[in-house]
Amino acid sequence: MSAGLAEYMLRLGDDRLVLGHRLSEWCGHAPIVEEDIALANVALDCIGQASAWLGLAGELEGSGRDADALAFFRGPTEFRSCLLVEQPNGDFACTIARQVLFDAAGANVLDQLSRSREARVAGIAQKAAVEVRYHVRHAREWWLRLGDGTPESHARMQRAIDELWPYTAELWTPDELDASLAPIGVGANLELTKLHFERELAELFARTGLHAAESPLAISGGRRGKHGEHLDHLLSEMQSVARAHPGARW
Amino acid sequence: MGTRGRRGVHKKASGVKQARPRRAAANRADTQWPLWEVFVQERTGAPHEHAGSVHAPDAELALQNARDTYARRGPVTSLWVVESRHISATTPEDSPSFLDPGPDKIYRHPRFYRGAKE
Repeated sequence: MSAGLAEYMLRLGDDRLVLGHRLSEWCGHAPIVEEDIALANVALDCIGQASAWLGLAGELEGSGRDADALAFFRGPTEFRSCLLVEQPNGDFACTIARQVLFDAAGANVLDQLSRSREARVAGIAQKAAVEVRYHVRHAREWWLRLGDGTPESHARMQRAIDELWPYTAELWTPDELDASLAPIGVGANLELTKLHFERELAELFARTGLHAAESPLAISGGRRGKHGEHLDHLLSEMQSVARAHPGARW
Repeated sequence: MGTRGRRGVHKKASGVKQARPRRAAANRADTQWPLWEVFVQERTGAPHEHAGSVHAPDAELALQNARDTYARRGPVTSLWVVESRHISATTPEDSPSFLDPGPDKIYRHPRFYRGAKE
């Protein structure tokens, strides 16, 4: 099970590493300085969580790679993040929509993992779940205000949802690995995650008059390392310093 | 952040963010949100002390911004925000007369009630 569990940890870590990096791109560019700080805080939380998941992935893998090695010295096809998190920041509405959609599934996964039978998984998940409660509160409040704000903010939210919706199914569609880890109480049951996601979004849609994209299109592949071009660019920036100065220390 | 908030930011959150020129300075008039004063309580029962100020469109987001700006380092048990316009304040011109402690009026100071043995 160790190899499967290591792979599962990579999914959890890579999701948060890529999302955290995307959020950090707002640093110095957010609409106001308070929001700049808020997004940077969420980014730091995500990167901290990634470091914990990837550290455990390296441990389980047993080939001597630590979190840094996994973060900075793997190529795009080795990343196991979902496609949603690599989508560019776009405008502020797009960043908020991506965050809400990710957390609508991700928060539930962490809640389930907090009760995992694998103690190390439960430990990381419990700590992360506390942080994510704030991420959810922050992004939801913005979703409600933009969705229920001006015609312009409403239109931008709807455009963001239309664009990102095809990537949401990947968040809660189980594959063989999920199917092997959920029944033994180690991994999350994504059918429950799907229910949670749908309930969250139904409420947010009802309160704002926004709606899911009409197209039934679902795009996936990230868990198998099949990413879009966006991840190449993100990684070449994120990994450039570590690769130019391998083993460098502060 | 308001001018008074800057000092707090440097003190409490300088590792996160330095004050910098606002990107939206050109259209500040359309984008500026109301100013909120932030009060932080560092342990249960302690007074809420003024920490600085934040801009926010409403109370919930003011609390969130206050949390991010003033409550991420060190222990905080409670936060208050109040829109700055609800605070009535004296003006510098008031000071000489309104705030004069009257040190020459010795009968205002209860120093005559000291114990006899002191």
